[in-house]
Amino acid sequence: MTGTKLRLDHEHCRLLLKQMLRIRRFEERCAELYTKEKIRGFLHLYIGEEAVATGIMQALDEEDAVVATYREHGHALLRGVPAGEIMAEMYGKQEGCSRGRGGSMHLFHEPTRFYGGNAIVGGGLPMAVGLALADKMQGKSNVTVCFFGEGAAAEGEFHESLNLAALWDLPVLFVCENNLYAMGTALDLSESETDIHAKAASYKMLSEIVDGMNVVDVEVAARRAVASIREGDGPVFLECRTYRFRAHSMFDPELYREKQEVKKWTEIGPIRRFQSWALEAGELSQADVDAIEEEVAQEVSEAVAFAEAGTWEPVADLLRDVGAEART
Amino acid sequence: MSTKMTYREAMREAIREAMIADEKVFLMGEDVGHYGGCYAVSKGLLDEFGPDRIRDTPLSESGFTGAGIGAALGGMRPIVEIMTCNFALLALDQIMNTAATMRHMSGGQFHVPVVIRMATGAGRQLAAQHSHSLEGWFAHIPGLRILAPATVADARAMLARALEDPDPVLIFENALLYNREGAVPDNLAAIDIDHASIRREGSDISLITYGGSLWKCMDAAEELSSLGVSAEVLDLRTLRPLDDAAIMASVAKTRRVLIVDEGWRSGSLSAEIMTRIMEQGFWTLDAPPMRLCSAEVPIPYAKHMEEAALPQVATIVETTRKLVGA
Ligand SMILES: Cc1ncc(C[n+]2csc(CCOP(=O)(O)OP(=O)(O)O)c2C)c(N)n1
Repeated sequence: MTGTKLRLDHEHCRLLLKQMLRIRRFEERCAELYTKEKIRGFLHLYIGEEAVATGIMQALDEEDAVVATYREHGHALLRGVPAGEIMAEMYGKQEGCSRGRGGSMHLFHEPTRFYGGNAIVGGGLPMAVGLALADKMQGKSNVTVCFFGEGAAAEGEFHESLNLAALWDLPVLFVCENNLYAMGTALDLSESETDIHAKAASYKMLSEIVDGMNVVDVEVAARRAVASIREGDGPVFLECRTYRFRAHSMFDPELYREKQEVKKWTEIGPIRRFQSWALEAGELSQADVDAIEEEVAQEVSEAVAFAEAGTWEPVADLLRDVGAEART
Repeated sequence: MSTKMTYREAMREAIREAMIADEKVFLMGEDVGHYGGCYAVSKGLLDEFGPDRIRDTPLSESGFTGAGIGAALGGMRPIVEIMTCNFALLALDQIMNTAATMRHMSGGQFHVPVVIRMATGAGRQLAAQHSHSLEGWFAHIPGLRILAPATVADARAMLARALEDPDPVLIFENALLYNREGAVPDNLAAIDIDHASIRREGSDISLITYGGSLWKCMDAAEELSSLGVSAEVLDLRTLRPLDDAAIMASVAKTRRVLIVDEGWRSGSLSAEIMTRIMEQGFWTLDAPPMRLCSAEVPIPYAKHMEEAALPQVATIVETTRKLVGA
């Protein structure tokens, strides 16, 4: 299903709800495991923003490439990286999708062209441009999707990348996940122009705002964007307005925003909103929702079991994968 | 059999040859196309290969270096040209945080076969922002291979091998070498780029160097020989990984060593080489190892001051004489 038309039938509603719930339940478990010290390091949760990754991923084909940031569990999961491998990565086990070398912030997966996992704000954008350049030069019709936060818009690499992509008509879908805060710095404290999509438009690419709390809106916009990119019409920029319900990371005391504000956003949360709409519209029944929850819970507990059963890479392998095996 | 050409022509021929041999190879960088390359290395290539493969970029070092890295990940074989290593600092994030780390962070799944070329070195009165030698800094980074061709033959041969490497390779071309003429053997495959090379045999001292300083060491060795001192000159060629075996073998033979490096002294590549000699070759030494580096100052504009800041033939000769007691 790669057209721009969206049929919100039973099957599709089920799929969208399930994908969002997979992210939500997986990450809730991650938070729990973090407090139990099974997961260490930085852990950035995506809870509240699920509609963005879910809608965008619907528009991709197998051969497309995905570049993400350190808040990428949801993107990896929906791109098709096995949940067990993601969880094992967070445990640091060698069965993890990056062999335990990356952790939460550096998920990678070659079979699904998932290129991370970048913890340098703005750092993934030039790489996405290059992946798209390679596809274009090789005559492939693939699209590279690049996810990043609104904080990246202040970095030079954001501007360099948008300029290059537009200048060279490259097949990149830029997805700005504007959750209003870069750690604790609100957007209006860091940008003179707070409409991020306007910056992209200034580089002469198609650019629009999307309600990032509405999975259907995101999917429709993504399908339209991807279709236009595949037509050869150059890059597209989507600014998805969203909100993260949790702290920036597990270390964040959240001194920068009011509880009331968070509450206001959770009330229009993407899952709550879509689920009640689907129930009201009769596309899903409570029994459907319960069944989805059941399937998701099963997947998450299997992922945890996989991670628990994982093994530690021998320290003798420490220097492995720094470069290719030495030349003779 | 061999052919005479300049270092610049050798680089250009190497790029041409690589582009003809593999459609996936392309060159990108600032002014590589319409301008003809800021050191004229890529002059004429735009006409031959077109703007898709000789790709002019905006002034966005981080953006286009990162794009080269992404293109390499995506199956192409990009050669990224950065005008000078001074400007490579704007791309340091991409080189270090993406190219050098990708293989490791992805648990071996992704690797970045990109080649990044840049000019390095002082001596043209271009002052502090165009004259630095930062290859030693880059040689600090695991995950990269650092090459410093000093001879025309190496300039001709190294690129193809760099393009075969599955990991990121940085080539530092000392800007003073571009006009240098030399012979290139017709059998390029015979040129070994993975090991250091003894450019002149000697028995009294090892002069260990690379890049632009090689020729200063060769001239110094010539002068020293008329003073009865036999200096061996070892050209490192590859700054990462260092060829420890060649370094230790030379030191074991001559028992004295002077390292000549255009980088600043503190925390320099020469400091690393010296440490390795102390760790591995201490008992073979007859005198304390010494080094000549650039003075610890941003490279000045005025000619006499710039000269004073750099290792020179006279200082190499003088230091060697002290070391060997001649
Ligand atoms: C280049 C760089 N500078 C600073 C940081 C530290 N840092 C990590 S996340 C973050 C905020 C990023 O905000 P945004 O891009 O909006 O993404 P979000 O976390 O909201 O998804 C900062 C400043 C970093 N990782 N990289």
